[in-house]
Amino acid sequence: MGMGCAQAAQATHLAEMIFRRKTKAVMGSDIVCLLRNRRVGRWAALLVAASVIGAGVAWGGTVVAPVKNVWAALISDGLHDPANPDISLLQEPGDSLSKLPQDYVGNKVNWDQALNEGYIDPRSKLQPQTRVRTLDQDTIMKNTGGTPWVRFPHRPHTAWLDCTTCHDSMFKEGPTPGLTMLAILNGQYCGKCHGTVAFPLSECNRCHSVIPK
Amino acid sequence: MKPSLRPPARGKRWLALLAVLLALLPGAAVRAEYGDVVLNNWSQKNGMRPVIFPHWFHRERFRCKVCHTELGFKLQAGADDMDMADIINGKFCGACHNGKIAWSVEHCGLCHSGKPGLSTGIMSGGTSQGPGIF
Repeated sequence: MGMGCAQAAQATHLAEMIFRRKTKAVMGSDIVCLLRNRRVGRWAALLVAASVIGAGVAWGGTVVAPVKNVWAALISDGLHDPANPDISLLQEPGDSLSKLPQDYVGNKVNWDQALNEGYIDPRSKLQPQTRVRTLDQDTIMKNTGGTPWVRFPHRPHTAWLDCTTCHDSMFKEGPTPGLTMLAILNGQYCGKCHGTVAFPLSECNRCHSVIPK
Repeated sequence: MKPSLRPPARGKRWLALLAVLLALLPGAAVRAEYGDVVLNNWSQKNGMRPVIFPHWFHRERFRCKVCHTELGFKLQAGADDMDMADIINGKFCGACHNGKIAWSVEHCGLCHSGKPGLSTGIMSGGTSQGPGIF
């Protein structure tokens, strides 16, 4: 049984009331009565407003803001000239990249997933006579010092690139003597793309992914 | 006069430290998209803005092999021996930027859109420094 509104209005402290009647009684109509009490109502309104503002800020901070900040607007990316009148005709990175599977490095896009799952369907050739070649074969590289072995998957690489990009100018069949992390960090071999257009070299375990048994 | 091997005076040391700290600030001004390429071998010398080539935009539409195999673009920004005459004649960018697949060469400002003074190279949006991080 709840108490009447008049009684509720007489209650000086909300906390006192709740404690005396053990939460169970302060339900339903009691709360309505409490909120009719001006002082309590004012505090409740303030609390609700603060929660709404707080939640809004938190939501904006975690959901909206990063998406806006991840891809800089062309006009403020430091490369495009804001004085160029044609800049407004160019597509903004965030307009399209935000719709692709997300990653946390590079373009913040998982390009391989975007391709495999059909988010994008980039052309493989311009000339009709060009032969499009792909290969589904993994190469395991075991001379990796103390780090996990490297699994090089041909499949995602040949989906994007032709064999001739790496063979035989960079890699011949068998071990590559100059293939070291130093050379890669210096922009050779894998480092020609990984660190510039493909996922960067900070992602060690995406390549060093095989634990020797 | 024999050059002094003593460390610089205290005031100068602070200045040097400040200079190092400023140099280490990661891309304070440039927030280019990962893989954006600046081409300015010839542009500015000929009174045009540098070219900004966005990899992200092109790879949504074409696989790497189209430009880096069929069209012969090297894996090094600015390493290709090309000029506007080549492009007008259908080579390099001109294979698509011909008014049929993509906008034609009359739309100068769409490619020549960079800030004056940029040098040729590839940007990585602060995620890495690109080839040759040392």
